[in-house]
Amino acid sequence: MTPLIIFPFLIPLITGFSALLKRRGRRRVAFSIGVTANLIAAVVIMASTYDGTILISQMGDHPMPFGISLVIDSLSAIMLLLTAVIAFLVGIFAMATIDANRERFAFFPLFAFLVAGLNFAFLTGDLFSLYVAFEIMLMSSFVMLTLGGERGQLEGGIKYVTINLISSTIFVVAAGLTYAVAGTLNMAHLAIRFSQLADPGVTLVLAGMFLIAFGIKAAIFPLFFWLPASYHTPPIAVTALFGGLLTKVGIYAMWRVLILILPAATAILQPLLITVSIFTMIVGVLGAVAQMDVRRLLSFHVISQIGYLLMSLAIGTTDALSAGIFFMAHVILAKTALFLISGIVHELEGSYHLKHLGSVAKRHPGAAVMFFIAALALAGIPPFSGFWAKFLLLRAGIEAQQYLLVGVGLAVSLLTLYSMIKIWNEVFWKPNTYTPSADEQPTPLTRIERRAMIGAAAVMVVLVFALGIAPESMISLSNRAAAELFPNGLGHSGYVDAVVAASAEIGGLSE
Amino acid sequence: MTRSLFFKFLARAMMPILILFSIFFLLRGHNQPGGGFVGGLVGASSIVLMTLAYGPAEVASRLRIDFRRAMFWGVIVAAIAGLLGLIFQSSFLESIWFKPYIDGIGKLELGTPALFDTGVYIAVFGVTVSIVMAMADESDREAE
Repeated sequence: MTPLIIFPFLIPLITGFSALLKRRGRRRVAFSIGVTANLIAAVVIMASTYDGTILISQMGDHPMPFGISLVIDSLSAIMLLLTAVIAFLVGIFAMATIDANRERFAFFPLFAFLVAGLNFAFLTGDLFSLYVAFEIMLMSSFVMLTLGGERGQLEGGIKYVTINLISSTIFVVAAGLTYAVAGTLNMAHLAIRFSQLADPGVTLVLAGMFLIAFGIKAAIFPLFFWLPASYHTPPIAVTALFGGLLTKVGIYAMWRVLILILPAATAILQPLLITVSIFTMIVGVLGAVAQMDVRRLLSFHVISQIGYLLMSLAIGTTDALSAGIFFMAHVILAKTALFLISGIVHELEGSYHLKHLGSVAKRHPGAAVMFFIAALALAGIPPFSGFWAKFLLLRAGIEAQQYLLVGVGLAVSLLTLYSMIKIWNEVFWKPNTYTPSADEQPTPLTRIERRAMIGAAAVMVVLVFALGIAPESMISLSNRAAAELFPNGLGHSGYVDAVVAASAEIGGLSE
Repeated sequence: MTRSLFFKFLARAMMPILILFSIFFLLRGHNQPGGGFVGGLVGASSIVLMTLAYGPAEVASRLRIDFRRAMFWGVIVAAIAGLLGLIFQSSFLESIWFKPYIDGIGKLELGTPALFDTGVYIAVFGVTVSIVMAMADESDREAE
């Protein structure tokens, strides 16, 4: 089934260009077909890798270090499926809620290009292509963030663009240095070459640079300030897409590069990773507790959840990585669901501010139930998905005797629960005493738009719920994904061996 | 806003040369420096020159091609070139060669890489012209 590999990149790319067509109706049709096809492709890929096959394709049939490898191992398949689900549901939500002006200025093409960039990042087995994928993502996210040109958007946009350009520069310099040291940019080949390198000093520098480059994208402490400055400014569909997926790609890239390619240097960096992880969790959640705007509050939670994901890297065992992958699936779904629900509240009640909202549970009990499930999932209350995610992660931490990390993780959970209760009290429970001014009236939606919006969020919540009720298959998937990625012996892992074998078939290097 | 007569004349004279030059670049890119991207940029520069000389409104009224569509079709052509390799060979972007011998010209090496380059050429041409026209339109409006 290797021909399938290219489709997760090709489909959104073609969708993006077709959605540039002029007429509104056609644009929407093209976009809908595109996100649906993308979802189908991701499901088929997941089905064909479900038995543990690693799909590999060498671009242009050139063997490994010369042609670009596209690799779909279990981790990639999981990420592709999550991206496709989010793109599909947030796509529906966006079609219902996005304003005509933004749509006229190519909102949907940008959406599709962003998905193309994300998918390509998960597909590629080559460091420089990963950089290209990041650039595709950044270009489209820059424009999506500032589209509409409101004052706050531009202010947040400038911070976002500046820091991300710095991150890209560090990334590309690190990639250049990697090539200078190892003579290759293929990830599998790099894993082999770096394991043979006698001097670990160089790899330590490279690991540090990659940590900073990806850390900025992932918004880890102390490189996170751009995120709360920008994420609450665009329309909620954009925030949901960004908050759900964009920062997580940084973590994905860290797993790929730091664990697969530079495991020795990452082991040396462990104390740093632990410190950063602790601070990211704490600062994120404390920032969230202080906020009064739902979007800002949730944006700070994005940072705190990144801390948990970083924890998997900081613990650095196979179990921790597997727990991290499960956590990734949980947090992407739960986070996006929460953003979408806050969007629904905004559309129905006309505000994001905690003081301006109230008694939503009485007027819209459906929204309250959805929020309840997603919020408890995020906080980690059984039987929802966050419980399993945190349980697995903390267990891996205890096994590795990282008690400080585990303790902080538990405390931050409690604070997460506190801030979720805060939203619940203020938005859903307390009687509404605030009388909105004229310009704060909710925008009227047609019935079908309303249904599409609520339906998309409801499906998301059902997925969160399902992941909590039946986590077994996801746990076994993430176990396998972690096992494939984690080095077993010098420079060897399931991933590396599969790529080398595939290239050897078409006459590549067997080194 | 008055525009220089010399510039107008020169732009007219340069346009066919630039277009030919861009096609030369496109074809040369097969084995030597050049290719669809550079060719597309050079080709688009001919339209840019005309826009500078005559103003965007004049150029837009004379152009018969919708450049937004051009970028769409360019990507489609490039994607098809890649997919042909996937369908008839084993992987995306793998080249397929067709080498006819024509009397008087010699052996031709036609293949999907050339088709891919043509797609890139069209797409780059379309994107560049769309961007420049949009910006020229804006600055023209401000000038008035």
